[in-house]
Formats: sequence, C-alpha cells, structure tokens
Amino acid sequence: MTVTAPGQAAADAAAARPEAIQGRGPWRLAWERLHRDPVAIASAVTLVVIAVAAVAAPAVAHAVGHGPDDQYPTIGLTPAGLPVGPSQTFLLGTDNLGRDLLVRILYGARISLMVGVVATVLATVAGVVVGLAAGYLGGPADLVLSRFMDMVLSFPYLLLAIALVSVFGSSLTISMLVIAFFSWAAIGRVVRGQALSIREKEYVEASWSVGSGAMRVMFVDILPNLLAPVLVLATLLVPAAIVFEATLSFLGLGVPPPTPTWGGMLSDSLAFYQVAWWFPLFPGLALLATTLAFNLLGDGVRDALDPTAGRAGGGGDR
Amino acid sequence: MVFQDPYGSLNPHRRVGSIIGDPLAVHGVAGGPARRWRVQELMELVGLNPEHYNRYPAEFSGGQRQRVGVARALALRPRLIVCDEPVSALDVSIRAQILNLLAELQRELDLTYLFISHDLSVVRQVSDRVAVMYLGKLAEVAPVAELYRRPRHPYVAALLSAVPVADPDLADRRERIILAGDPPSPIHPPAGCRFHPRCPKARARCVDEAPPLVSRGGDGASHPTACHFPVEPGEDLAHEHAAIDQPDQEAADGLPRVAGSTTP
Amino acid sequence: MARFLARRLLFGLLVLWIVSGAVFVLFFVAPHDPARLIAGKLATPQTIALVNHRLGLDRPLPEQYASFIWRLLHGDLGYSYYSNAPVSQLLASRLPVTVSLALGGAVLWLAVGIGVGVAAARRPRSLVDRGGAVLMLAGLSMPTFLVGLLLIYFLFFRLHLAGITWFPPGGYVPLAQDPAGWAQHLLLPWVTLAAVTAATYSRLTRSSMLEVLGEDYIRTARSKGLSEDRVVYRHGLRSALTPVVTLLGIDLGTLLGGVIVTEQVFGLPGLGQLAWQSVTTQDLPVIIGTVLVASTFIVVANLLVDLGYALLDPRVRPS
Repeated sequence: MTVTAPGQAAADAAAARPEAIQGRGPWRLAWERLHRDPVAIASAVTLVVIAVAAVAAPAVAHAVGHGPDDQYPTIGLTPAGLPVGPSQTFLLGTDNLGRDLLVRILYGARISLMVGVVATVLATVAGVVVGLAAGYLGGPADLVLSRFMDMVLSFPYLLLAIALVSVFGSSLTISMLVIAFFSWAAIGRVVRGQALSIREKEYVEASWSVGSGAMRVMFVDILPNLLAPVLVLATLLVPAAIVFEATLSFLGLGVPPPTPTWGGMLSDSLAFYQVAWWFPLFPGLALLATTLAFNLLGDGVRDALDPTAGRAGGGGDR
Repeated sequence: MVFQDPYGSLNPHRRVGSIIGDPLAVHGVAGGPARRWRVQELMELVGLNPEHYNRYPAEFSGGQRQRVGVARALALRPRLIVCDEPVSALDVSIRAQILNLLAELQRELDLTYLFISHDLSVVRQVSDRVAVMYLGKLAEVAPVAELYRRPRHPYVAALLSAVPVADPDLADRRERIILAGDPPSPIHPPAGCRFHPRCPKARARCVDEAPPLVSRGGDGASHPTACHFPVEPGEDLAHEHAAIDQPDQEAADGLPRVAGSTTP
Repeated sequence: MARFLARRLLFGLLVLWIVSGAVFVLFFVAPHDPARLIAGKLATPQTIALVNHRLGLDRPLPEQYASFIWRLLHGDLGYSYYSNAPVSQLLASRLPVTVSLALGGAVLWLAVGIGVGVAAARRPRSLVDRGGAVLMLAGLSMPTFLVGLLLIYFLFFRLHLAGITWFPPGGYVPLAQDPAGWAQHLLLPWVTLAAVTAATYSRLTRSSMLEVLGEDYIRTARSKGLSEDRVVYRHGLRSALTPVVTLLGIDLGTLLGGVIVTEQVFGLPGLGQLAWQSVTTQDLPVIIGTVLVASTFIVVANLLVDLGYALLDPRVRPS
C-alpha cells in the first residue's frame, strides 16, 4: 500500500475507516478489580453515608428542632446538671451543656471530612509538584528540593504544630494548613523516588527522541505512571489528617468552641465518662468508623492498582 | 528512532494512537482528525489494524508493539531511522517478520537505517555497509560482503569466527579464534589501540599508538580499518601469539579473574 | 565514607539550627507576654517591666538571638521562665520517663506487628491475613488519646469497680525505685502506643515478607527439605526485616522527642508533657530545649538509618 497525501483523501477516509475499538487501560482494569472487592465497596459506601450525613446536618437539625450550639439546660440535663441519655427527644443523648449530641456529631463530621480531605489535597498537590520537579530535573534543583523535604520531615510534628497553633491562634484554616504542611513532604519524597526511576524508562527516552520538552514529558509520560502510589498514599493520608485534627481538638488547639468537633467532644467527655457513657461513645464511634473506612478503602485501592502485591512470589502482567 | 524493548518503549498509560501521533503533536504538524487520519494510515503501513487506535500497549503482543514503535518513528516522514537493536527482544519467528517489514518500508519510503545489533546473522541479512565497534571506537567499516569474506581487523576476524555454524562436522573442523581475557572496563580503556590486551597480533607499537581508521593494504576507500597490523589473506589467527605481555589473568581494571575463564 | 558521614552530620546541624531559629522567631512573632504570665495578673506595669528586664526580653531581637546562640554553643540552655530551674536539668529529669515509654512500647509493637505480619504473609488472603489487617487497622485508625481513654475506661475503671487494681491509670514510678511498679504503671501506656503503631509494622512486614518469600533462595531452602518454620524464620525474616528496621529507627527518633498525647492522658512526667506545659506557659527556653532535643533525636535517628543502609548495601555508598 502506498502512502497517499492527506487532503482530498481525508473525506472518504473518514467514511471508510471503521470506528476505533476502545481499549482497556491500566486505570480501567484497576477500577474493575476495585469494584469486585467487598471490603472496599463496604468502606466506600460507609464513607458516602458519612458524607451525606455531614451535608444533611442542617436538615437533620431542622427536623429534630435542635441546633448544634443550642443548649437545653432544662430538658437536656438531669436535675443534677449531668447529661441526659439517648431518648426520644435526644436520639443520641446530650453533652455536658445539654446540647443534642446527634446534631453535634453530624456537624462535627463536616469539620473532620473537610479538614481531612482539603489538607490531604493540598499536601498531595504540593508534594507531587515538588517531587516531580526534583525527580525529573535532578542536579542542583533536586539537591535543594530534597534537602528541603528532608528538613521538613525532621521537624517534631506535634510539637511544632502546637507551637504554630498557639502562635497563630486556632481556626479551621490554620488547622488545615498545619496538617497539610506536615504531610506534603512524605508525598514529595515518594513522588521524587518514583520520578527518578520512571525517568530511566525507555518510553521517556522515546519521548525525548521525538522532541518532547520537559513539561510534556513530566505531565504526559511520568505523572500518569506515578499516580498509583500517590493515590494510595493520599487515601491513607486522609484518615491520618482526620486523626491529627482530632488530636489537635482534643488538646484544645483545633477549631475553637462552640463549633462541634469530634476531638473536642471527646475531650469534653472525659470528665463525664463515668456517668454518661454515650458522651464519649458516639463521637468515638463516628471517628473510628470514618478513619477505618478510609484506611480499608486505601488498602483496597492499593490492591486494585497492584494485584501482584498480595501473592507470594509476585507476578507480572505479561 | 526504534527502540529495543517493545515492552518498555511504550508508555503503558497511553493509547497507541496517542503514542504514534506524539511526534505530530509535539511538532505541531497536525491536529485533531487530520492527526488521527495520519496515525491510522501509519498503522496500516506497519501492518496493524487501525481499529486498534484506542488500545493500550498491554493489549498487544511483542511483535505488534515493535510495529507501533516503527510507526512512531515514521510519523514525521524521516529520511534516516536509527534502529537500536529493534529485534533483539523478539522471538525468532517474529524477528523475521519485523525485519521484512523494515525492508519493505525501506523500499517504499526510500529510507536509510542506522541498524545497531549484536546478532551477526541479522547484520549480514540487513546491511549494505557494516561498521564494527570495540570499546567505543570504530574498528572496521566495510561493505557487508567484503567484511564477512575478508575481515581485516583481528577483533572482527575473531568475532566472525565465533558465529555458530549449522553443520556439526564443519563446526568441528573449524578453528575458532579464542581471545584472551575479558573486555576491559570502558571507564579505563587501555592505552594505544584499545584491543591490544587481547589481540593475538599485538606488538609494541599497539601499546604506544592508537591506529587511525584508514584503508590498509589493497583495500579501497570504502573499507577503512583501525589496525597497525591488519589480518592478511591466508593468515591463521587461531595460532598466532602476541609479541607483548598481555594481562591474560587480570582485566585492565585490576580485578583478579578466576583461572580458567578463558577456556572455551 | 567519612565524607558522607560528615556531610550528613553537617546537614543535621543545619536542621537543628533552622528549627531552633524557627521556634525563636515564632515565639517573638506571636502576641505573647511571658513576663505578664510570670508576674501574675495583678502586677503593675513597673513590675512587668522589671521582669522583662531581668529576663532580657527588652533587648533588641538580634541581640537576644545572638546571646542565645552563644549560650547554646556552650551547652547552656538557659533557665525556665516558669520555674527558674535550669532547662538542661528539666530535660534530663524527664528523659528517662519518655525513654521507658518509647522503648517499652517499641518492644510491644514490634512483637505484635512483626508476629501478625509474618503470620499474614504465610497465609495470604486467608482469614488470618484479613482479620489481622482489620484488627491492626482499627488500632491505627484511632487517635492515641482515644485508645488511651478506652484502655483507662475498661481496664482501670471497670476493673476497679470490680475490685481489681492491676492497671493503674497513670503516674510514673522510677525503674530504680521499684521495677514492678515501674512496669505496672507503664503497662497501659505501652499498650496504647503499641495499638496505634503496630498496624504500620504489620503491614510493612507482611509486604516485605511476601516479596522475600517469592525469592528463589527460599524455594531452594524449601526444596532442601527444611521445615516451613525454619525457612520462614531463619531465612526469610532476616532479609524481610530491613525496611522494618529503617522505619523503627525513624519512629523511635520521633517518639523520643516526647509522646505528648500519651503522656498527657496517663499523667506521665516525660518530655512530651514538659513540651506541652512549656507551650501553654510560653516558657521560651524550655520550648526551645524540648524542640532541640526532639529534633536531635530525629536527626540522629535518620543519620543512623542512613548509615545502616550504607553499611548493609554497598550500592548505596557514594563512591
């Protein structure tokens, strides 16, 4: 068959050429594996339920008639001034100030999910950009960026977080930024390692040989191939971020009261756990359910993206 | 350029249509439907089904992937293609297919290939002219028939004598030229002629002076050799001995070798 | 090799310097007034000015920093604003507590984590594997304070009501004074630490073991007729543990800097509690002291881990 020039032939070519068959790439295959994993599905469903509950918090508050900060000293506290247990009025009981625990937990979910997801997204974007640049560019740029990441990783996290928050005051934004600041370097290091090894692959050399510039190679060739471990890491960072936020709230450094946070509720419940078991139990369960679901989902995502990891002896896909 | 590893030279996350069209995209030659048209044309040219435009490399066999690599190399209508061991990683039967494809394309598109290979039989089949390198330097350049019939550089002669011969009786009768020692490290190449530690014809001059690549003896201008004492017709290299000391038990980088590594 | 060491050491010192500088700057950027805190609520402006002067807080910032660095290089960490005790003494007195906590916890989480990890690797995808994973994950998913509180509730409070006082809820008894008491008081804190950390180790051990068990030399050992136990423990575990040791080094380095939450929950007078106190009282010398100690542990741990790598794997050494 001889090579014909485009132009006039293009018209009949469009008609003559059959529709292309869609291929199944690595992401599609991973997705197929993922949605056959019962544990991953269960976790995902749990998270969706939690997210929906968080979004629906105002609706629930309206339905029950109690706001998250409304105190009910008469019906919400016993004559002795202690929290009231689960009942028809207060489905999950009240806290030490007579506030509806159910509504507060739902509002707390908003904070936890928002901090967890936003902080992780920030950290991931920063980590990927820096790691990709360091791994691909190499040389002095890599040296400087790597040293910077090492330095950030050498800080005693909680200590400095406490110091930062006590300096700048506690707020939602500060919490998110602090958590993101201490997580991005972990992603950056992993991304850098991956980028360094992917850079040696033959298809990168092939891209260079056809004239692709640095940006194109980084984002078209290298980035898609390192997203898998990044995705796993990010999914596992979200619960870590949520736990971090809970710890900060517990220490009194998180989002300031009266905004409900799970960590804050747990902290308040300490003095009352002997008489009001529901007070620490329900926020604790909510926290546990959320983080466990994210962790299990993260495991599922890892297994879906690299099924060889579960088998002794490994295996290729050839 | 066509690369060696059909599994590694294609980005597993990209569709082959996108991979083949990459040069067109990078140089802004064609976009959208025109690019797709051109890519599908290229796919047909190398023997692939254009319907597979949206498939991923993992969905093709080794030979087919190599065809994708060839299609990518052809995208910008080059005059010269560098083929870096394009068939070394392929099954022997597939090897023949790809070599035939390359030959056919050469005829149709008037291409020149710089074909790199370790396989002497492939080189013989494919080449018009052959250049042999040793440790980073050109040893001999000649038209293919002449090189295989009458090699001038001792290294090339030894190389050719090592090619297996199908007939066992012929093989038994043949004297193979065994080279002493192992190839030295390219980081610290030997002085003078780089082949002198292993050459059966080495003399003092070989240690002092690196031989230039010029035609020797009665060879024409198209057959230069980089050797002070090229092989003469009728010479039996298998029974020659070098006139200098050769580090036969030690490689040039100073590491001792296990005795017996030079026996066949 | 020596150059490698020297470079890492220099880098470590650089990190320490930057960290201390960062804390220093942070402290002065914040709206704060330690003098007021020390002088008390009813103090007059004159008293406050006096306290400021005595602490040297009214001198220009660069001068304060310079004198701080000078003293630091002489090993003098200053005196606490709050209690007037020398900072180094405070740190030294708190150190054994934190070390006991961290090391004891490490032994426990290593035993559990590696045990579960190896068991899971031997039977991948089985009930042992899945069940173990979920159990470990449950621990990992909870904040440290929650685990601590749960343990206190169930193992102290409930049992206490039933008359059993095996697990004290807190306090510290020095080892030299009463070994049994020491261990008893640290038991719940150790379990708390282990519960939260074991998951990472079990996961790591599992994946590392799986990789090692697929190697050819394991197949050889099996085909020689060695018992499965021997193959796994004597041949497989040794190589599989390398990444675990690395992680252990880094974790210990971080922990030794003060396990703030655990110490708070259990009332242990360690470095973590000291750090927390110093931040709430804005006690700058102590803050800097604890941050420096924590950073030093981390830097040293990183250095040892890097060194260990270079010793174990000749390819890593910069030649």
